[in-house]
Formats: sequence, C-alpha cells, structure tokens
Amino acid sequence: MSTPTRIRSGAMAFSEVPVIPCNDECLLRAGNTNCGGCGMSIGLTMLGRALAEAEDTCTLAIPACCGAVTAGAFPTTSYGVPTVCTTFAASPAVASGLAAIRDINGESGQVICWAGDGGTYDIGLATLSAAAERNENLIYICYDNEIYGNTGGQRSSATPHGARTTTTPGGKEERKKDILAIMAAHGIPYAATLSIAHPEDFRRKLLTAFGMSGMRFLLIHSPCPTGWKSEPADSVALVRMAVASGLFPLVEIFDGERYRVNVEPDFTDPAEYFARQRRFHDDEVDLEATRRTCRARHERLRFLAESFPA
Amino acid sequence: MPVEVVTGNHAAGYALSVAGEANRTARGAACGIYPITPQTEIVERIAAFPFTKGRVVAVESEHSAMGVSMGASLAGARAFTASSSNGLAYMVENIMTAGFYRLPIVMVAVNRTLGPPWNIWADQSDTLMLRDFPWIQLYCSDNQEVTDTTLLAFRLAEDHRVLLPVLVCMDAFIVSHTQGETDLPEQADVDRYLPDLDLPHRLTHDDPRTLGGLIWPDVTTSLRLETHEAMGRVPAVFEECRSAFQDVFGRDPGGMMDTLEVEDAEEILIASATVATTAAEVVKRARAEGRKVGLVKMRMFRPFPEEALRRACASARRVGVLDRDYAAGLGGVWWQDVRAAFQGHRDDVVIQDYLVGIGGGDVTPGLIEDVLEDLRGRERAGPPVWTGIATEKEVMV
Repeated sequence: MSTPTRIRSGAMAFSEVPVIPCNDECLLRAGNTNCGGCGMSIGLTMLGRALAEAEDTCTLAIPACCGAVTAGAFPTTSYGVPTVCTTFAASPAVASGLAAIRDINGESGQVICWAGDGGTYDIGLATLSAAAERNENLIYICYDNEIYGNTGGQRSSATPHGARTTTTPGGKEERKKDILAIMAAHGIPYAATLSIAHPEDFRRKLLTAFGMSGMRFLLIHSPCPTGWKSEPADSVALVRMAVASGLFPLVEIFDGERYRVNVEPDFTDPAEYFARQRRFHDDEVDLEATRRTCRARHERLRFLAESFPA
Repeated sequence: MPVEVVTGNHAAGYALSVAGEANRTARGAACGIYPITPQTEIVERIAAFPFTKGRVVAVESEHSAMGVSMGASLAGARAFTASSSNGLAYMVENIMTAGFYRLPIVMVAVNRTLGPPWNIWADQSDTLMLRDFPWIQLYCSDNQEVTDTTLLAFRLAEDHRVLLPVLVCMDAFIVSHTQGETDLPEQADVDRYLPDLDLPHRLTHDDPRTLGGLIWPDVTTSLRLETHEAMGRVPAVFEECRSAFQDVFGRDPGGMMDTLEVEDAEEILIASATVATTAAEVVKRARAEGRKVGLVKMRMFRPFPEEALRRACASARRVGVLDRDYAAGLGGVWWQDVRAAFQGHRDDVVIQDYLVGIGGGDVTPGLIEDVLEDLRGRERAGPPVWTGIATEKEVMV
C-alpha cells in the first residue's frame, strides 16, 4: 500500500511558484476592486499563475457571485481571459456548451466555472450535479467563503455550524454540507480541496486538473474578512489554522474511489480559529464537539486513503 | 423535395436538426434538451439526428437546456432547443438572458396551458408571458409553416442587423401531434439557405472580453435602445429572409401576417395559429353570403407589426381579437397589443376581445360565427367576452 503524499502543515515552496507580471495579459488584472484579504482574489491569481506555468489558457463561466462583481463595470474588465457572467444556477450548463464546441472544433484551453458557495452548494447544485453525471470536460472551481458574501452575508449550506450571518443571527444551527463527498459520489475523475495557505499543494492540484479531462471539481477554502468579521491580514493564517486543526482537510479523490490526504493536520486547537472571527461567539460554538468531529473526519479520510490509495 | 406525412413535432425536430447540421462547415451545432409534453418528440428527433459536427446534451432541466444552448452559441455554434408551458416558465431566467446576450438561438415552443392544475392542451399564455424579453416571436398554424418558419428563424436571428433569438410557436396536439403532408427540405437546400454562422461577439482567446459583467444606468439604457433598434429592423430583414426562402425552396414561408378578404371588410377578425385556420373558413363562408368580413392571421407577435396591422385593417369599423390566452386582470394578450397599435391613429374602430379555446377548448367554426355575430352588433367595445366556460362540471373556485 503506497504512502499518501504528505506536505507538513504550513510548509511552503512558494518561491518555486512562477510569478507573472500583473498586466493586461493576467487572468486577474491589477486595479480590481476586491476587498483586502479576499481569498477569492488570491485564488484567481494563483489560477492565472498555474495556467501560465502550464502554458494553458481558459474561458471563465462565472455565475452571480463576487467573481462576477470582480469583472468591474463595462467597458473595463478585470479579467484577461474570455469570460461570461451567467445566471446564478447556470454556470455548469453554459460551460458544458462552451466545452462541447471547443471539443468538436479540436481547440485547446480550459473551460472553467468559477463560483461561490451559494452558486455551488445551493442554487446551482442540480446543474452542477448534472454536469458531473455527464462527466462534462470542464473544471469547476468553488471558492467557498461559507456565506452569501455579495448580498451582505447570509447563510448558505456551506456556512459552518455556529456561524452568525444576517439570516442566522443566533448562530447557524445546522452543519456545513459535505460538497466534496457529494461531488466525489458522482465518480468524477478528480475532486480535491485547496487552501490558499498551501500554495504549493494548490498549484500542484491545478496542474493535475489541467492535465486531466472530464469533470474536475476543486473546492477552495476562501476567507472573506467582510463576512467572517476577521482582519484582512489574518486571512491566510486563518485558513492555515483550518487545515492544521482538521476543520478543512486537504484531500484528493480520483474517480470517486481513490483517496489521498495531502496535508496531515496536527490538530491545532481550533479555538483560536473561532476566536479570531467575530462571526463566531463562544456560547454558539461547541469546541469539544468540533475537536471530536475534526479527528473523526480525519480518521475516516486516513482510512479511505490507506484502504483505497490513489 | 421529399414530402412526408409527419407530425408538427417531427417537422420541428427535423428543421432544427438540419439547420444545425448546415453549420458543420463552421463551428458546428449544439443544444441542451429536456422533455416536456407535448414537445418531447422534438428533442427526441434532435437526439437521434446524426450530426457531423454537433453535440446534443440531455440535461436535468429546461433552465440548463437554455444554459447549454447559450454556452454553445457563445462559442460560435448554431444553437437551439425546444420547450413548452411550465418548462418555459422554469427556463424564463435563461430565456431572458439569451436575449440580453443577443444570441441567435432558435427555440420551438409548443403552446400548452400553464399549470397547475395540469392541462396539456393548447393555450398561448406560456409564450406570450415572454413578450417583454428580447425575443422575436413567430406563430405557426400547420406542419409546413413550422418547418419553413423554423428554417427562416435561423436566418433572421443570425443576420447581423438583428442578432436576436427567435421563438417559433405551434399549438399543442392540434399541430404538434397531428400528422400531415409536409415538405421536409433536403440538407443541400438548407445548406444554401443558411450560411455559416458568424457571431460577432463570440468568446475568443484572441480578443478576450467579459460578457454580462456590471453596467451603469446609461449603458443599460443604450443596450435597451440597441435592442429596440434591432427589433425595429426585424420586419425588413424578415421580408428579405422570406424572399430568399422562396428563391431556394420555391415556396412562400408566409409573411409577418397573412390577410384574407380585408380590402373592403367592415368587420375583421385577428387571430393566430390554428384558430386563424378555422377563422379563415368562417370568413370564406361569410363572404360567400355577401358579408364584408376579413381576417388577419398574425404570425409575428414580437416585434408587434403595428403599422402593417393598421394598414390591413384600414377599412374596418369593427375588429374582433381571438385570444387563446389570458393575462390575469387584463384579458387577452393579443388584444392589448392590437388596441395599442390603433391608439393615437384611429379612434373610430371597435376593438373587441374574445377569449376562445382557453386551456385547449375546441374553437369550432360555429363559435367563430357567434363571435362574428356579436361583433357585428357592437357600436362600442366592452370587456373581454369569455367563451367555453364550464357549465355542467364542478368549477374549482
């Protein structure tokens, strides 16, 4: 049985990530109006770098979300690649059409859906599930900030238990939906979680996805200082804590049946993760239960990775 | 050309498919498909068609069917789909979006009653609810019209002076499921009629643009005005497409409206789809009895051909509008637009609404004779006249 690839929590080889100049050719151009500490912006920049490294390009299909607002106002755009802003639930369907015509014309370039958690976990789930079931030749990337950020911070089914939003003023009672398991259950070629605090792992997963065909699903844990009520400068540290504590495991699932755990959590106490975001309140978060859940989830993932290795 | 005995649905599925196939020399064709009674046979035909360069994507909803077709169109392919009734209602957000994107998608709609309660019979309320979107709407009354109008729709939609999606509509069952002799054009002729699609704003890596981002009020206004101007060019381009159709296929696909005996008519009926076919028989009989009646068979609903309608009704003192549709709190949808067309131009015409065949009720020659009789006795218009109301059955209140 092969040993899963492991990168120690916090380890980085960021210097090896090629840097491309921030000009009109970039995927995400300078001058966009995104918030400071926005995980989505970092994710877009890293996507652009990975595409440049792979000498690849992409067409973006972006549903209603902060990614659509990122484009900015006509006639300017922050995107240096062809982009269509679709209706909220439609991006995987529109991307299916784009990918189909690319393929029947023998053209190259990725077709990528770039969507928030509302468009992925909630309103777009049927469309996404159908595209996955058809194994459409596209990459679906969800930047999960666990909130409807664009509309001012309402709960989504990605919002974690205990988090206050404008529609869960007393803290969310339900737990976060396991979208990775749902997507992997479709048996798609590739499903993986990514963290902007682990850029080398992030980059490798993008390159892996670029090198495959069929439906590829990537889930980015994406800090949102506005919605999380956190300091912008804390964004990367927060999602690093989420990985280290086991709140957001970094894994890959191939064909829905072969697993790899990428980062071994050290089970850092998640208390600080919660304490540094004002969306959480002490009496609304069950820390002991969270610690137990993190360990149990990791045990299960480790079992799967050892029993059904990638 | 091969004449076959086929249903309206078969004719529509065939026409959409050969139109898509005709773009094999360019970027191909694709569509999202989803079943709903009574249009299902259309998407079954498309799914079975052996496209040289095309892909048919069987999706999970009407919303996604239009989503896939929009994606294909944005990539420069010829795109189309078909739907009906509640399927159109579910698709509405993306129907609107295809229009705002100015994508030349053709959709065949089989007019079916909106529910619940569920009723699968003919009623135009489903497509007429889309009246405020940037879509051209054409209505057909038989299988040949469905075939020809569908082909014409692509040429009209893809014309750079237009670049608007087109709805081609037919009545549920009365056309969709009724077999009749239909001249189904050969692929070679369709290839001649439909040149390669060239979408000026397709997404390309050479000139990366963002479509559908944010805009300010003044640019929004400009885009609406551009749409309005494109709609304004439709009648002239339609006539060109009609003339080119005659050159290639040797028959007239029909105009924006067809008229019967209107020149000196005092009473004129305005109808569309199969109701117009029945009305034509009634008008012919009435003429034989020496009564000065005429018929305007409307084929184009959007843009609404106001000027042509006023011209056609120049001699009329009374106009009866036959609506197989109902806008709540208002009356017939066609009636609203007919009234608006006359407003400010003529105030000496009685424009009376008749709601006929709602929910697929039979519109018989006898019913239309009753309508004519009522119309002839009117000195002024009243509220919409309802026909076909249940009397024996229990009515849900």
